[in-house]
Amino acid sequence: MLLVELHDLEKSYGSVPALRKLTLGIPKGALFGLLGPNGSGKSTTLRILCTLLEPDSGTVTVAGENALTNPRSIRNKIGYVAQEVAIDKILTGRELLQLHGDLYHLRRDYRDRRIQEMVDRLDMTTWIDRRSGSYSGGMKRRLDLACGLLHEPELLVLDEPTVGLDIESRSKVWSLLRELHNEGTTILLSSHYLEEIDALSDQMAIIDSGEVIANGSPSELKEELGNNRVTLKVQEFSNQVEGEKVRELIQGLKGLNDVVINRAQGFSLNFFADDSETLSILRSHLIEAGYGIFLLSESRPSLDDVYLKATGKTLMDAELEVSSKRDFKKEAKQSMR
Amino acid sequence: MNTLLSSSSSLNKEDSSTYQFVQEVFALTKRLFLQLIRRPSTLIAGVLQPLIWLILFGALFANAPADFLPGGMEYGRFLGAGIIVFTAFSGALNAGLPVMFDREFGFLNRLLVAPLQSRSSIVVSSVIYISTISLLQCFAIMTAAFFLGYGWPGEGGVLLVLLTLLILIFAVTALSLGLAFILPGHIELIAVIFVANLPLLFASTALVPISFMPTWLGWLAAINPLTFAIEPIRAAYSSSIGLGSVLIQAPYGDITGYECLLILTALTIGLFLFVRPLLNRKLI
Repeated sequence: MLLVELHDLEKSYGSVPALRKLTLGIPKGALFGLLGPNGSGKSTTLRILCTLLEPDSGTVTVAGENALTNPRSIRNKIGYVAQEVAIDKILTGRELLQLHGDLYHLRRDYRDRRIQEMVDRLDMTTWIDRRSGSYSGGMKRRLDLACGLLHEPELLVLDEPTVGLDIESRSKVWSLLRELHNEGTTILLSSHYLEEIDALSDQMAIIDSGEVIANGSPSELKEELGNNRVTLKVQEFSNQVEGEKVRELIQGLKGLNDVVINRAQGFSLNFFADDSETLSILRSHLIEAGYGIFLLSESRPSLDDVYLKATGKTLMDAELEVSSKRDFKKEAKQSMR
Repeated sequence: MNTLLSSSSSLNKEDSSTYQFVQEVFALTKRLFLQLIRRPSTLIAGVLQPLIWLILFGALFANAPADFLPGGMEYGRFLGAGIIVFTAFSGALNAGLPVMFDREFGFLNRLLVAPLQSRSSIVVSSVIYISTISLLQCFAIMTAAFFLGYGWPGEGGVLLVLLTLLILIFAVTALSLGLAFILPGHIELIAVIFVANLPLLFASTALVPISFMPTWLGWLAAINPLTFAIEPIRAAYSSSIGLGSVLIQAPYGDITGYECLLILTALTIGLFLFVRPLLNRKLI
């Protein structure tokens, strides 16, 4: 049973399309990961789902209700933890939670009981009554999570919840999400960290340029690729020109598929090989052409390979490509009401 | 282990929509007052600046010729009304700043994802907050003026001062909140506040009467909303002048105290009607 259904969502910022006919279903009880590079449309999708943005076209349904016509009802069902931790530095953590409880119209005794549950559960006892301006990034994120969970939402939506967190804080957030998932909460989590989605989610979708390019469980998506992924380096530090020459040389070989240059890994080449025989032929071919082999390794397919197969580039390369074009000032304005 | 998420029960929520609205307004107003208590510098500055004006201008014109002011009024008493209105005006003009900062820092989004009974609670809480602190600041200035020997409103005068100030504060708050949603950031909002603040003060009857001004400035002062707030308050300080009396001898005609209040009220309603579609577009 699907708790969330997004159908044919389209959204543009001026002339720049952010979502192109995006369609997605999130099963009830799932920990659903939304993976994609920065600027791929993840945050826009979540902001539309949380009624902060209106799509140009398409439909959004949460628990059978139309989010575009009944936004207030949907807001009751959703707990949203935004990418930027927006807290009032002057308030203490407890005061912020009280404010949240009041904005969700919780009865005072119930609100205070829930706050205490959150404080205990998220290990906030020692600092919750301090002003939040003095909190570390991890503390702010835990407080933000507590705000999102306070009113017992049916769906918890988290936009890049571990960006900028230290390892310990990230581990705490992961543990909490796993616990919530085990308790039956439906969680929608966006991230551009492969390992985060791989480690946490039981269902996922990959978004690229505002479209869903792959959808399923992480293991299914990886299994669909079948063969092992091969990484080839002809020398320790290569460059674009050499990478392209080697690709040209090997991509016609029988049994070798989806050869791409991985800039993020020092212009190594990534591809899938049908069998070990193919790799032997590859070795001979390279040596005949005068190339050495610094590294030739096989590994089971990862989510990066799923992304690579669908887009022809690695997630890291997509990040690098996007980061040079991003206008953070413009993005900040887009997120302002 | 506690269960974090159980089925959401309506028993845990307030069910009356009126109560929910009051709960929202109370919570949002409480937040603004907590900010004020813990960061009182803006409140203090809001009292200090007009107080300095009151003392300096009072001293500057202390030896002005006796016929300089209508009815031979003492300058300090004349100035008091202007400074009180200036205090309320400056305070209310800043009403949009907290909202602008909430927009910029993403806190407004936090409010907008909550199932508010009405998003006008965000505006109402701002109006309550600004009205309260502006009135507090005005009261502080009135008290200071009293101790400087500039008098105290006559019988019923305090009510007239309160009423006039509230109308003005509502008008300027509406304008400032509207600007906070139109302008792209706090720099632009502060720029508008800077540009509007002093010229509007000087082009009013806060510091000198219309009769003392060159014709063009007299015209400006006679259409300046601040003048329509200053003169009723000045009348409240003068026991011999009532609201039915002519308070402004404008180049285009005489205006009584009642007409001043009527114009101010119309301006306030007009501004709210003007700003409302904008707030609706941003908040609903």
